[in-house]
Amino acid sequence: MGKVFAFHGGIHPPENKKQSTRTPIRKAPLPKLLYLPLQQHIGMAASPLVNVGDRVLKGQMIAEPVGRISASLHAPTSGTIRSIGPHPVPHASGLESDCIVIESDGQDEWLEHKGLEDYTQLEPSALIEHIRRCGIAGMGGAGFPTDVKLHLGDDHIVNTLIINAAECEPYITADDMLMRERAHEILGGIRVISHLLKPSHIMIGIEDNKSHAIHTLESVLKGCDLNIDIRVVPTKYPSGGERQLIQLLTGLEVPSGHIPADIGIVCQNIGTTAAIYRAVHHGEPLISRIVTVTGDAVAQPQNLEALIGTPFADLLDAANVYENKLYRLVMGGPMMGVTIEHDQIPVIKTTNCIIAATIDEMPPAPPEQPCIRCNMCEQVCPVTLLPQQLYWFSKGREFDKAKHHNLFDCIECGACAYVCPSSIPLVQYYRFAKSEIRTEEAEQRKADHARERFEARQARLEREQEEKEARRKARAEEAARAQKARKSAETETTAAEPVQDINALKTAAAVARTKLKKAQKALDAARDSGEGDIPALEAAVQAAQTSSEQAQQALEKAEGAKPAAPAAVDTKQLKTAAAVARTKLKKAQKALDAARESGEGDLATLEAALKAAQESADQAQQAFEQAESGASTDAAAAGPDLKQLKTAAAVARTKLKKARDALKNAEDKGLEGLDKLRATLTTLEQKADEADKAYKDAESAAGASAAPAQAAPIDMKALKQQVSIMRTKLKKAEAALDGLEGDERTQAEQALEELRQRHAEADKAFKAAEQAQIDAAAAQGVDLKQLKIDAAMARAAVTKLERALAKTEEAQERTSIEAELVTARDKAEQLNKTLQQHEPA
Amino acid sequence: MTTVITAILILFGLAVVFGIILGYASVRFRVEGNPIVDQIDALLPQTQCGQCGYPGCRPYAEAISNGDAINKCPPGGQSTIEALADLLDVEAVPLDAEHGEEQAKTVAFIREDECIGCTKCIQACPVDAILGAAKQMHTVISSECTGCDLCVEPCPVDCIDMIPVETTIANWKWPAPAESRNLNLIATDRGRGELQHQEAH
Repeated sequence: MGKVFAFHGGIHPPENKKQSTRTPIRKAPLPKLLYLPLQQHIGMAASPLVNVGDRVLKGQMIAEPVGRISASLHAPTSGTIRSIGPHPVPHASGLESDCIVIESDGQDEWLEHKGLEDYTQLEPSALIEHIRRCGIAGMGGAGFPTDVKLHLGDDHIVNTLIINAAECEPYITADDMLMRERAHEILGGIRVISHLLKPSHIMIGIEDNKSHAIHTLESVLKGCDLNIDIRVVPTKYPSGGERQLIQLLTGLEVPSGHIPADIGIVCQNIGTTAAIYRAVHHGEPLISRIVTVTGDAVAQPQNLEALIGTPFADLLDAANVYENKLYRLVMGGPMMGVTIEHDQIPVIKTTNCIIAATIDEMPPAPPEQPCIRCNMCEQVCPVTLLPQQLYWFSKGREFDKAKHHNLFDCIECGACAYVCPSSIPLVQYYRFAKSEIRTEEAEQRKADHARERFEARQARLEREQEEKEARRKARAEEAARAQKARKSAETETTAAEPVQDINALKTAAAVARTKLKKAQKALDAARDSGEGDIPALEAAVQAAQTSSEQAQQALEKAEGAKPAAPAAVDTKQLKTAAAVARTKLKKAQKALDAARESGEGDLATLEAALKAAQESADQAQQAFEQAESGASTDAAAAGPDLKQLKTAAAVARTKLKKARDALKNAEDKGLEGLDKLRATLTTLEQKADEADKAYKDAESAAGASAAPAQAAPIDMKALKQQVSIMRTKLKKAEAALDGLEGDERTQAEQALEELRQRHAEADKAFKAAEQAQIDAAAAQGVDLKQLKIDAAMARAAVTKLERALAKTEEAQERTSIEAELVTARDKAEQLNKTLQQHEPA
Repeated sequence: MTTVITAILILFGLAVVFGIILGYASVRFRVEGNPIVDQIDALLPQTQCGQCGYPGCRPYAEAISNGDAINKCPPGGQSTIEALADLLDVEAVPLDAEHGEEQAKTVAFIREDECIGCTKCIQACPVDAILGAAKQMHTVISSECTGCDLCVEPCPVDCIDMIPVETTIANWKWPAPAESRNLNLIATDRGRGELQHQEAH
């Protein structure tokens, strides 16, 4: 036996271990229902592999680990999955968490399983994976997944393996009984671990109050090839704490914020070693554990081998609990355990003890008294903290200071609270402070994360904006370049092709002229005043003149070339040209008349000008007429443009009317030129008739061609428009009818009748099309989504309006909102109805 | 006379030397930005909800550094106000109710079968916590959601709920130990435990 060191502080509470060691470990009866929490350890919750109603066999994996720090879960017995959902779990909060509930079928039928043939021949990673698949987790404290600890050899030099068999907390005897009865399993487990970690030294730390267990272990270890030391340590709470035991056995202190592996030590609970043995040699996953059921309120305190998931009530029944004496149910030991309210809470992998205490055994905590600064807590603290300081900081919510005083090194052993003469629940304060700090840190992390995301988003938006801007600029540049290219191409083509932009040339000529004038003016001014650089100005005038002349020339040339432009005869332009020519002619005539009257001016020139104007006017008119006839034939041949034709007809009619009016006027006044007017009228009448006819022909043709077109893709909108146009026309016609009399009236009535008929037809067509569309949509179910969306939007509008109504107080606003609300409601209702009608389809 | 001149010269020389050193230091050790804004920003909860009247936490941090009130942040609540008061060495004042009240933490939730895929909430989310595309159902990444509320208003079909964050085993906090009511009594007056003993029976 090697040297045993000591750790600071510690206490000696009454052990109360004898009660439960009198009888051997007994198998707990098979419970009807088993509740298996998906999270029994720190890290990620396991993810279920089974569905409700599935039959599972004993040992079948029902949940797989998620992430590295996670453990799988196996069915502890055969049965059916009854539900997967929230159920109270063993946790200080008393909250519910997701559990898989298995209804046992009583057959306890095993899944086919067998151990590994020879684990020493296996790759270490494969062996560890096997242990991981068996769901082995630390059975002492936090339930840390064992496979993670077994991987420690990869990145740490592990020279010492410590098996924690101290079991220092009062009442608990599960490990003690395990050692007494299953020492060979423990040894087998140690062998597996040492094969994986290859430590130079293995120590089993055990308290000196377990002489029976020490004796059994020693006898089993006799002749063992491994370098195993049983180190008996004095009974003192909390010698079973990982760091305390390491200090006891090696004299080394694990630095704050580090794990034992950092100083070359790995610690495993003794129960875990037995579980590893079973997993490796028998292929049995971790589905049961030994639980001490003790306390004064049970008749037979004992150790039960319970399936994971067994409700506490079943175990208490097995130990014959006195319901009337039961005052408090504690999960875990009296020092670190938690009181639970619910006896349906299940056993999990870390449940080592259930204490059913009477009121005398565990009376309610006496009221807290003020701290008298006696310093007893500091004397017993196994971590050499300053519990008193921590208490003040926690109470005063000075969490920063508490953290600086190493609050997070506190193992919450409860020694300080145990000795406190003022009965201050010190550990509660520390737990409170710790969880506050953790929450704060989590929030800070979340805030930082949110900031990062926000900033990233801002940056992205900015970048997108910039990119957009850049694209816009690029587009603008491109357009400018294209414009330039076009311009240069145009100037190039000017020489080659006479067709050019006369307007531009005109402007250029005008600009050149203006420049010339300005230059001239400047020169004149300069000459008058005798100041300035006259020769320069003269040169400028010269230059301006040249450029002006050039521009004019170019313009004239272009203008001269223009009529030569064949094919593209723009009737409109020609018309304008003819009109301009006529106006010019009139002006010239007027000027001539004025000149004659006054007897001044150059009559000859004026006459010549008049003649020229007349000629050009005639030419223009001729050109126009030619073009027009050509255009109209063209148009007629190409395909009648209904609209144009209609306009033409209307124009012809108007002209006719005007001509008639004029004729009447002339007749009334007895003016001359009546014949001429009459002739014009006849031509006009003819023309109007022609136009009308052309229009009607075209319309009928269009109608014929439109009908088949309608049949194919139904343009609902156009149809609707048509119908409404028809309706309007009808109304107008009706209104007009009232104002008419005699022959006209009959005519109009006829027309109206026709219109009505057409309207009816159009309406019919529209309705048919609509119906067809709805039918098609309903058949395909395409419209349903749209309907749904519309309905949802309408509903939302209603709620929003309602909210607005609730908020506004002004009567006027209210009435308007109310009116809106009513319409919105109607709409929503209607949509809902339609939706319901269509939904089953 | 010479002593006076010497003294003046020495002082002048010193002034020049220190001037050069300070000038160099001001260039060499120049602090970019305003560090106090960063410190204030670090204390704000980063919900980017805009309840303070500024378009995000950083603008509010800048406003605080320019003398704005520290009690305009409802998501941060009293603890943020206290932290800010501590940092800026000013009086901690109660939360300004005008900007909203401190509420339980919430997370946005989209009722997915009602979502029409309009992407309006996506554009409103300051931390890009909403996933989805046009005409596709959207969903909130609850772990990224800050509960800022900004997505609720733009939704045309009102399918976003703000759900209070549920207390689970993962985020459960140990409660503070109850304050003792008998603090003023001395132990001998009280009959420790016995009274409760009788009550229990």
